[in-house]
Amino acid sequence: MLKGIAASSGVAIGKALVIVDKEVEIERRTIENVEAETTKLQNAVATAKEQLEKIKEIAREKIGEDKAQVFEAHLMMLEDPEFIGAVEAQISAESICAEYALKQTADMFISMFESMDNEYMRERAADIRDVSKRIINILMGIETASIAEIDRECIIVINDLTPSDTAQMDKEKVLGFATDIGGRTSHSAIMARSLEIPAVVGLSNVTTTVKTGDMLILDGDEGVVIVNPDEETLQKYREKQQKLIEYKKELSKLVNAESITVDGRKVELAANIGTPSNVEGALKNGAEGVGLFRTEFLYMDKDSLPTEEEQFEAYKAVLEGMEGRPVVIRTLDIGGDKKLPYLKIDEEMNPFLGYRAIRLCLDRKDIFKTQLRALFRASVYGNLKIMFPMISGIEELRQAKAVVEEVKNELKVEGIAYSNDVEIGIMIEIPSAAIVSDILAKEVDFFSIGTNDLIQYTVAVDRMNEKISYLYDPFHPAVLRLIKMVIDNAHKEGKWAGMCGEMAGDERIIPVLLGFGLDEFSMSASSILKARKLITSLNYEEAKKLADEVVMCATSEEIKSKIQNFVNR
Amino acid sequence: MMEKKIVIQNETGIHARPAGIIVKEAAKFKSAITIEKAGKEYNAKSIMSLMTMAAKKGEEIVIKANGEDEAQAIEALTNLILNGLE
Repeated sequence: MLKGIAASSGVAIGKALVIVDKEVEIERRTIENVEAETTKLQNAVATAKEQLEKIKEIAREKIGEDKAQVFEAHLMMLEDPEFIGAVEAQISAESICAEYALKQTADMFISMFESMDNEYMRERAADIRDVSKRIINILMGIETASIAEIDRECIIVINDLTPSDTAQMDKEKVLGFATDIGGRTSHSAIMARSLEIPAVVGLSNVTTTVKTGDMLILDGDEGVVIVNPDEETLQKYREKQQKLIEYKKELSKLVNAESITVDGRKVELAANIGTPSNVEGALKNGAEGVGLFRTEFLYMDKDSLPTEEEQFEAYKAVLEGMEGRPVVIRTLDIGGDKKLPYLKIDEEMNPFLGYRAIRLCLDRKDIFKTQLRALFRASVYGNLKIMFPMISGIEELRQAKAVVEEVKNELKVEGIAYSNDVEIGIMIEIPSAAIVSDILAKEVDFFSIGTNDLIQYTVAVDRMNEKISYLYDPFHPAVLRLIKMVIDNAHKEGKWAGMCGEMAGDERIIPVLLGFGLDEFSMSASSILKARKLITSLNYEEAKKLADEVVMCATSEEIKSKIQNFVNR
Repeated sequence: MMEKKIVIQNETGIHARPAGIIVKEAAKFKSAITIEKAGKEYNAKSIMSLMTMAAKKGEEIVIKANGEDEAQAIEALTNLILNGLE
């Protein structure tokens, strides 16, 4: 049994197809006929273009416009006169073969890009490598085992998958894949999840251990690959696979269903997203809204602040994409641990207690106002709600709302349209805010409980510190009491309460949250259907009783066993 | 040959995406078009060349065009770089 990293859920059982990507040796050959060699190069470039156009089309259909962009960049490189022109010049100046000239030129560009001071640009070196390898393979007549041409069911075993490989994968034929390198967030893992193909990555030596034709069991949840299993093991995994398939089928029936308990209590199950391209996945998984759109991606990986226009486009895309469903956008939550090099924030002893989020925004009103302007301009394209992070008390809320008024007035004066129905809410993630939530509730439209930070601050546990990770406990009675208090205080003022931390999607605790009266549960898109299946099987009145009992418990162990008994009844 | 000096206005400077937009525009003209920054010339019809130029906001560049449609080329590119890259 080979142990790797569980990258994409599901069980695959089938024959292995090992694809070995050989490093080709490129010799410096001198040639006689420069003209013929140049024509050969041009033909190869034309063939590469055809291949890429095809891949781009397939990618667009299978994985979406956004991820297909990378092939557009590859195509532009093929048409680049400086690149191909330099290769041609080298062929004629030195009378050398096309593949060697191409390799030389590509290497020069690769080292140029790799030495740039911007990470995004450094990554472009990988694109040049991908493109030049394609042309070299054509020039040298190397048949690459093309993943697009696989004609029988198999599990792909490969060192690593490039974007062009994954984009061409036929889901009917490729049962799963196993790679030597990569992690949960590597490109191949992300693609596997969006294609819903079971995958295990980072197996380090799977390409050398497994041979084409070997029988494989690949478990994308446990992160293991079993080579040539015995009949008993096969049977065990076939059953597991069958169960998973049936479970998925049942879940997929719930995509358009309401999230409603057996006795009629309706809640909203929403998605947490990080970029506009996540909208597609949210809807596919049955999201009834976006409960948290983190805007940080607009600010990261660049060397200056995003413009109002850039932000406007992103917000508009999400609002339009969600087609009128509620979208909660959180204003900038950065500083401390998440640094922006161009903002030059001083080193801090306790970044989690430091200059960040709303604290930074109220200090740097220029940044805050640009974001709010973009948000309000976008507000006419959907159902926008704005949420401030890290609010600790009423003064911050009032200050932030004053800036909102300022921005609205400016827009009015400029004659720019915005919606008057934008709800303003806050994240409850600091205990002080939870404790005065009765006061805060009077001046907001909603609360969204951020449990990741709320737990950390309530029990004073650094969630990155492994030595004390046992203290990071969502079942802690104090955490649950705070959550109940916040929801009650919202309801007393006729406001709604949501939750956007990891707890909201945790099936172990959803019955209690439901019983507390939580109105909106926002989680990663992949958890929504499971949560809906659970909620539609629960009784709200009974969940309320469970919740009342739970807050009286002394320890998290007692709480866990109470919930367990409730679910198993 | 015609040339024009301008200052990069857009916040993010000339990164991959803006470079792609410039290349597509430049390709519409017959003239040879280059952009000079800090004494070095870059081919405006080459995405890789423009990306390595990595011009940032506030930096001065000179657009140069040589050919039958040089006047139109200068005008179109100046316009694009000053207003059309956001």
